[in-house]
Amino acid sequence: MNRQNARAYALLSPALGSLALFLVAPVLFIAVYSFWIRTAEGLDIPAFQFGNWIAVATDYYYWLGLWGSFKLALVTTMACAAVGYPTAYFLARIRFSNKALLLFLLFLPFWISYIIRTMAWISVLGRTGAVNTALISLGIIDEPLKMLYNDFSVIMGLVYFLLPYMIINVYVSLDGIDRNLEASARTLGCSAWQTFREVTLPLSLPGLGAGCMLCFVLAAGSYVTPRLLGGPDTLFFPDLIYEAIISQLDWPTGAVLSVILLLSLGLLVGVYNRFMSLSDIYRSFAR
Amino acid sequence: MSATLDSRAALWLLGLFSVGVYIFQFAPIVVVMLLSFNASRSGAFPMEGVSLQWYEKLFANDSILEAFQTSIILALGCSLVATILGVMAAIALVRYQFTARNAISTLISLPLLVPEVVLGVALLMFLKLIGVYRSFGMLLLGHTVLALPFVVLVVQARLVGLRQNFEEAALSLGANRLQTFREVTLPLISPAILGGFLFAVAISFDNITATLFWKQPGIETVPTKIFAMLRTSISPEINALGTVMIFLTILLPLIGGFVIRRFSRGR
Repeated sequence: MNRQNARAYALLSPALGSLALFLVAPVLFIAVYSFWIRTAEGLDIPAFQFGNWIAVATDYYYWLGLWGSFKLALVTTMACAAVGYPTAYFLARIRFSNKALLLFLLFLPFWISYIIRTMAWISVLGRTGAVNTALISLGIIDEPLKMLYNDFSVIMGLVYFLLPYMIINVYVSLDGIDRNLEASARTLGCSAWQTFREVTLPLSLPGLGAGCMLCFVLAAGSYVTPRLLGGPDTLFFPDLIYEAIISQLDWPTGAVLSVILLLSLGLLVGVYNRFMSLSDIYRSFAR
Repeated sequence: MSATLDSRAALWLLGLFSVGVYIFQFAPIVVVMLLSFNASRSGAFPMEGVSLQWYEKLFANDSILEAFQTSIILALGCSLVATILGVMAAIALVRYQFTARNAISTLISLPLLVPEVVLGVALLMFLKLIGVYRSFGMLLLGHTVLALPFVVLVVQARLVGLRQNFEEAALSLGANRLQTFREVTLPLISPAILGGFLFAVAISFDNITATLFWKQPGIETVPTKIFAMLRTSISPEINALGTVMIFLTILLPLIGGFVIRRFSRGR
């Protein structure tokens, strides 16, 4: 066991070392930086004071941003679940000789550059975009609809990008259910709908939960999609972080905001992890 | 056998819905590809015939070609390092029993769950402490950390499916550990190593959010270049660039998948 330990840690040490040095230590360091004092020259002074925290906590603007991001993540997650679950159910239940191909196709867009997939929505939803052009030439509308640069287009962009994550998580879970359980429920007199509600749905909850959490965390933390597809009237939290760090060079405030985002999402992951295993999520990545 | 929603109508409805989802997943990409061949001068709908003008413009644009170069060097560099570290870690995780195994497994997957914005801020602040500023080096380091968990997951999945008999046979036949690794384990997992490497390349090549925090002004990767172009004016050559990227990024996993299938046959 001891030799095994030594060998294992020898193999692990480069990966663990770089993660400790370039991931764990930096993330912990943000918390330290959030107490430093900002100076105009950009040489922030190490200190332990709550000025930055109080300034952020008392600024309505930041709370609005946090609320905006969480609302966006919630709506996106619900949309992904509503669209993703039936699709995953279908994929898990059809008898089709080339099911691997269907799953492959589902994940094909996943390989295509995120920024390309996001900007595509500008050409789809814009004033002269595909949808407006089609609707006008069909005579359904006279004036182009305003669908771009608002919350709607942000949600479309996020759902588009996150849906495969949701589908694969639910699919893995549904695919692992022993079909005899459903058959037994039917034999014992359950209707098809009852069987779904009482047997299939509860057994697939781990996958649905994993998918929802993944979608929520990725949506709440997304910077590029709201930036490209969003309008001027909604504030999103990651945008505030970027503004503080890169545009205003106010690193202590940026540090406070980063800690808030990390802690609020971490709390969510922690609560989730108490009820379900995180390994469900990683498993879907490895497929 | 009765399915849960066993009426055929229900399954048909679900099928129709799923077809809609697939269309939803592919339609925007098709739109980008269509517009890249648009002859109209504005580059927007309606299509006014087929032309390659945007591709000509694209390949004459030095700053885009430069971004490509930066992205490729960055992706290859960080993937090489991430693959070496990742393969070593995956072997340890699958083949050895050791203390704190689960905690370490979680730690390695951590970059997947920390919001990228936070990762970006963290590395930026921490490296400034030791005098490293926004630079290509910071990008290289950061992308390696981002790509590492994907390599580990891919190689780990392959190793788990690989029976240990081959390795045990080699050991009992007198090969030492290094020989066993070189002659038995390595050939068996080489498709997964290639898969992990390609995955890492894709992750690095695609990354934008953290990259925006780490790159120095003036250096652009392909995604940040597109981002910058989109924020000034929506030039139709972006669609041509997008189409090129779509082909590149779809080709990559296709080759990877082909190689993996090719190698793992006969097992």
